[in-house]
Amino acid sequence: MTWITFLIIFPLLPACLVLLFKSVSIQKWVVIIASALICIGSVCLALTCTQAEAQYFRVTPDIVNKLVATGDITLALVFLYVCRHLPLKRYWIPLLVVVQYGAVVWYDLSGRVPETTHCLFVDNLSVIMALVIGIVGPLITVYTIGYMEKYHEEHPEVPDRRDQFLSAIFLFFSAMYGIIFSNNITWIYFFWEITTFCSFIMIGYPQTEEAVHNSFLALWMLLLGGLGFAAAILYASSVCGTVDLRQLLTMKKSVVLLPVLLICFAGLNKAAQFPFAKWLLGAMVAPTPSSALLHSSTMVKAGVYIVLRCAPVLHGTAAGAMVALIGGLSFLAGSALAISQRDGKRVLAYSTIGNLGLIILCAGIGSHLTLWAAVLLIIFHAPAKALMFLCVGTVEQQTGSRDIEDMNGLISRMPLLTIVMLIGLAGMFLAPFGMLISKWVVLEVLARKNPVLPMIVIFGGELMLFFYVKWMGKLVAVTGPQPQQGEGIGIEWSALGGLAVLTVLVCGLFPFVGIYLIEPMYGCDPMLSRQAIRAVAIMLGLMLLLPLGFFIPRKDLVHVDLYLSGANVTDPHKFMDSMGTARDCSFKNYYINKYFSEEKLFPGALVGSIVLLILMFSMEKL
Amino acid sequence: MNTVFYTTIGYILLAPFVGGLLMGLDRIVTARMQSRVGPPVLQPFYDVFKLFGKDKLTVNQFHNYYLVCFFIFILVSGSMFFAGNDLLMVIFAFIVADVLLILAAYSTNSPYSSIGAERELLQMLSAEPMILLSAVGLYMVTGSFKVSAIVSCEKPLIVYLPGVFLGLTYVLTIKLRKSPFDLSTSHHAHQELVKGITTEFAGPALAVIEIVHWYETILLLGMIYLFFAFNPVLGVVVVVFVYFLEVLVDNTNARIKWELMLKSAWMVTIIVGGGNLFVLYYVLRL
Repeated sequence: MTWITFLIIFPLLPACLVLLFKSVSIQKWVVIIASALICIGSVCLALTCTQAEAQYFRVTPDIVNKLVATGDITLALVFLYVCRHLPLKRYWIPLLVVVQYGAVVWYDLSGRVPETTHCLFVDNLSVIMALVIGIVGPLITVYTIGYMEKYHEEHPEVPDRRDQFLSAIFLFFSAMYGIIFSNNITWIYFFWEITTFCSFIMIGYPQTEEAVHNSFLALWMLLLGGLGFAAAILYASSVCGTVDLRQLLTMKKSVVLLPVLLICFAGLNKAAQFPFAKWLLGAMVAPTPSSALLHSSTMVKAGVYIVLRCAPVLHGTAAGAMVALIGGLSFLAGSALAISQRDGKRVLAYSTIGNLGLIILCAGIGSHLTLWAAVLLIIFHAPAKALMFLCVGTVEQQTGSRDIEDMNGLISRMPLLTIVMLIGLAGMFLAPFGMLISKWVVLEVLARKNPVLPMIVIFGGELMLFFYVKWMGKLVAVTGPQPQQGEGIGIEWSALGGLAVLTVLVCGLFPFVGIYLIEPMYGCDPMLSRQAIRAVAIMLGLMLLLPLGFFIPRKDLVHVDLYLSGANVTDPHKFMDSMGTARDCSFKNYYINKYFSEEKLFPGALVGSIVLLILMFSMEKL
Repeated sequence: MNTVFYTTIGYILLAPFVGGLLMGLDRIVTARMQSRVGPPVLQPFYDVFKLFGKDKLTVNQFHNYYLVCFFIFILVSGSMFFAGNDLLMVIFAFIVADVLLILAAYSTNSPYSSIGAERELLQMLSAEPMILLSAVGLYMVTGSFKVSAIVSCEKPLIVYLPGVFLGLTYVLTIKLRKSPFDLSTSHHAHQELVKGITTEFAGPALAVIEIVHWYETILLLGMIYLFFAFNPVLGVVVVVFVYFLEVLVDNTNARIKWELMLKSAWMVTIIVGGGNLFVLYYVLRL
């Protein structure tokens, strides 16, 4: 209980401090110390609260509930305030705020929302989420300090409001902890909307026309999810008679399926599944740390968390199958769309949509084994994705481009950063690293089900392999001696190194995570057979040992130039053309726009997912 | 434990001999199809020994290093298969090996190698779904992903999984890089990409590529064998016949474009392989 309160309330302190002290060096130390404390707090929570049964805590309801109600009203006013400059034709954004908050606050004040005594709780899923937020998140925050310094040097036109940015990050942590520890859905709703607000602030940070546009796009899309959540609260309190999450999830499915679907709707929306994928893509305009944060440990993870929570109700229902199919569609479409992208961040964004789709697919089925796989995916996805975003952000700052084609030969220019990046990429798709272990578990589990689901996983996984390998290929191309770049990376190394170690470490530790954290929740798991672990261990060992082989001196090798059909000139990367002049040879990756471009696939995915959403709600009675 | 140990060692030691002999036979049969006499059956071994005697040329410090990793991962994958390990793990290790070969080609920064690498990626994109789907199909019938359990299954798997077997045979051509799917590199003379993905490998490195190809072939044929494991004699006959078919197709077809490869392979995977699994799913539920 102490640690839970600490984690929810403590981040507010640095959030205020960075606003108060404008001095960069004070901000820096506040951020570092606060990050360390949040990290320690999460680990302590994991050490003290890990047990098979969920623990529920009684909270003196009156004062705190009033606080939440006041918070709701304040938040509504803040939302209306940020919308004040909007043109009249975008009236629906304030309207969304007014409708949902109007209804919830009215219900609350008129006493129609039933009281809940046990508002806070912790179980192993919360502990895992707390670890993901509390370890990956602070590393990103530390990275932010160094990044923002250079960001403002490079973008003098952007007003320096980094105190707000840092403050939003800490507020974000507080809200995330609030979401995962609350047992009262009105509380979850309150924290839910705070995360919406924080992401709005972060996306709009550069204040360019595009950034402002995208931040409002994110705002209204996320408020739509909030509307679903608000509807769930109204329905739960008037029909089900409780807003206690634990009680809701144990009620009869026919009664509780509709509010649960509404909550899942909000979850799908926050997890940027199709048809809501656009807000996450638009979020790319913001400084990179915010992307890393939104994509790995916070925001989208709140979305999958809430769907995962609701999974026991979805299990075995037709509506749950629709949720799974929406996830499957997002996995396929996200992976396919990433093939046609050249922008590193956009590739990562689509791959996030895809990976979260896979988690949603598992949650929608809702059997214990699929939930196993989903939790593993959450754990493995966070450090690798955060690492990739931070690497791309660093490359962009050092070389001025995040185009994958411009990363050709990065290993010759920034060897160390490239190796870290390769670890991140391997962590995303290559055996025996995390994401592939989870995909393997998913396949083993889904093979018992209808063959549609394994086929979705197989095809999506192969598409993902395709775009990641061609990216990797560009990085490892050796272009000969080049001027070294990347001297300017300072404090960022601690985050990059930390995340790289973490990516490898979670993979080595996954059997322990399984035994101590997941097994008590979802029961024994056949994937953890000794043989399977041995296979993973052998491959992981090889992956770690083989790079050492590179340092064995090879004196006997004779270095020669490339083969260019006999048309080489003295420089190995030039060739002689038919007119006798030396020309550079260059080549680009395949992007296969003919089949995988956004124009071709996006509308289809949008329509398909909307149809599935409608089906999901219409199947509520089945 | 002991049998696992011996099969692993057996695979590592014997696979190159069997694979090399198979290549020798392949070349003789190919020659006869083209009305030539062809080389002696041990020719692949002579070639490899000769390559080992050549200068160790390389274009950069990483190139040969990736190749060694590629070799090791193929060994891991094949050993796990013949030791009766999890079939999905085997396939994933195989994919890692393939990725390492692709990285080797990319690392050269040579146009021929790089385009070969991209085509190899397309070949993976075309073939791997069907291979993974076969693992799922084998699981649906036998209830296990373990190769050892699949082999000891009494049921005639081919009766349950004819479509999956056909699909796997179709993508086998892609995995063996035989015509019409020899896009990334080819065994025959020059192709339009010189030697595609293997362009920059020379001497001993090329010899390693050749040996790895023997290991690969044995592993892939092992997967074909699984469908007939209930009757080992029949299994071996079918494997030989399938390989003969590959040689026949190789000699009677011209290389096609990647689009046709991708579309046809996915079509086969979804319609023949997926269709098979659907029927099986509903039959098994009855």
